Amino acid sequence: MIVGLIYVCGVSAIIFVFSIFYFVWREGAPFLYDCFDFKSFFTSPEWYPTSVGNKRYGILALLAGTGSVTIVAMLIAVPFSLGTAIFIAEFCGKKTKEGLKIVIELLAAIPSVVWGFIGLMVMNPIIVKLTGAAIGLNALNAGIIVGLMSVPIIVSIAEDSIRAVPDGYIEAAEALGATRWQTVYKVILPAAKNGLLAAILLGVGRAVGETMAVLMATGHSINVPFSAEFPYFHALDSVRTLTATIAAELGEAPRLDAGPGGIFPPEGRHYQVLFVIGIVLFAITFFINITADLIVKGIRNKQ
Amino acid sequence: MKQNTNISIETDNLSLWYGKFQALFDVSSRIKHGMITALIGPSGCGKTTLLRCFNRMNERFSSVGIQGQVRIMGKNIYDADVSLIELRKTVGMVFQRPNPMPLSIYDNVAFGLRIHSPHGKISRAKEAEAVEKALQEVFLFDQVKDHLDKRGTGLPLEQQQKLCIARLLPLKPTILLMDEPCSALDAEATEAVEDLLRRLKEKFTIVIVTHNMAQARRISDECIYMLKGNLIEHNKTAELFVRPRDKRTEEYIEGRYG
Ligand SMILES: Nc1ncnc2c1ncn2[C@@H]1O[C@H](COP(=O)(O)OP(=O)(O)OP(=O)(O)O)[C@@H](O)[C@H]1O
Ligand SMILES: [Mg+2]
Repeated sequence: MIVGLIYVCGVSAIIFVFSIFYFVWREGAPFLYDCFDFKSFFTSPEWYPTSVGNKRYGILALLAGTGSVTIVAMLIAVPFSLGTAIFIAEFCGKKTKEGLKIVIELLAAIPSVVWGFIGLMVMNPIIVKLTGAAIGLNALNAGIIVGLMSVPIIVSIAEDSIRAVPDGYIEAAEALGATRWQTVYKVILPAAKNGLLAAILLGVGRAVGETMAVLMATGHSINVPFSAEFPYFHALDSVRTLTATIAAELGEAPRLDAGPGGIFPPEGRHYQVLFVIGIVLFAITFFINITADLIVKGIRNKQ
Repeated sequence: MKQNTNISIETDNLSLWYGKFQALFDVSSRIKHGMITALIGPSGCGKTTLLRCFNRMNERFSSVGIQGQVRIMGKNIYDADVSLIELRKTVGMVFQRPNPMPLSIYDNVAFGLRIHSPHGKISRAKEAEAVEKALQEVFLFDQVKDHLDKRGTGLPLEQQQKLCIARLLPLKPTILLMDEPCSALDAEATEAVEDLLRRLKEKFTIVIVTHNMAQARRISDECIYMLKGNLIEHNKTAELFVRPRDKRTEEYIEGRYG
């Protein structure tokens, strides 16, 4: 009976995932069939889905926005999280450990919109003051916010993988007279590196998928914050991400059915292309998660 | 005082507690240099605990309390001015389960040298020479010389355990502690490791914990019999097995041999 229930839960989880994907696919498909141009879709920064005369659907700027936020987020989250994970797993006492874990879990419990609010009201003026930028809502701001949001997942997976390093390795190093530090960076980190990589990837997945906080903190304006010349990356540019675009525009994009002859009215394309973006996001996070999964599996098989 | 100079490890009223549980009771012993001393006794009698006092590995566990002295080369290793790092350079340890680190064979052996040379700097040539010498000493070099860059964890268990002995040697230890080094090995591998120990004993003080009394008899020169955290008898192996002084030793030996 209970087994049956669990079975139903498991199966329905799979069904849910597939039906969500099917739904996203179904809504986006007409666009893919009728007016999808692979090249301009991915390489044009011109996103004018509602232009009356000349609708253009280039998501390069949105990809760049998501990319820039993710880069900043990981630059902050990775060192911070790995440092924290190492500290929790290897260096601190039991009490500090409990305390830190609670704080980290609290970090995970803060709703996304509150993070966005922090970006808007706290980070924004700080960034303006420190950098002299005209506006503090940009890739840097959102990156910091999303970085902090990714910390809990990276820390928890990284800590698990550090603690999974067999004690025998650690004893071996210590018995040879290695200091705590030497043990950590010569034995523990190399032994845990796949798990750490998986942790980082899941953090990236988290950053790519974040919506609300990003919508509020990026400034939500279309920009490619990269350039061919120094400094290559302009973290102080306002950007717009894939997720935020969907969230912001879906409400105003009408879902129109096909007219006679199966031809969709042009005003309905906006709605459809947003779902195509959904498919892109789906593909990105799916790829990241699968990679992380394979890495973790790889570890298990080796041990 | 001829006798004193060849004492390698000396414990004085050594007691140890894991939290409230007392695992060693006033253990006093003198372990001599240049021979193999076996620690025997029933499971849970404190053999491992005593052994791990000699390189202070017990400090890994929180809430371990220690009283008394352990003198190595005449110096109490529990004094405040003793460097744990130097101590562990002098006193090497081999574990029950072979535990090469997840590094290459070469790196496993070079590990000790690297962590103990200032700023991790040591000339390639010197390092390679030391690694080769150590592997030669444990009779492993010929088997692994063509794949020194392979992972140590992928070797057969016997070779893993030899590797674990080899990685101690570049540090020029004077004492080797071994906690049931053969318990994970089959009979043939056990014999190979025992052979190795016999050859190593001239240069080192070897203290070996073993469950296997036949093994203690085969390879040790002296034996320490422990029971419930107490040292019951310390004697030449030949004596201890033939004419045990203590009734409890006798019971233990006979119990096993029928
Ligand atoms: N880390 C620890 N914390 C608490 N108690 C411990 C710990 N290690 C060992 N003990 C206890 O101390 C006693 C002695 O243990 P020890 O491992 O030294 O015995 P042993 O003679 O090596 O046994 P075995 O032959 O099974 O290896 C045992 O009763 C054991 O339960
Ligand atoms: Mg033991």
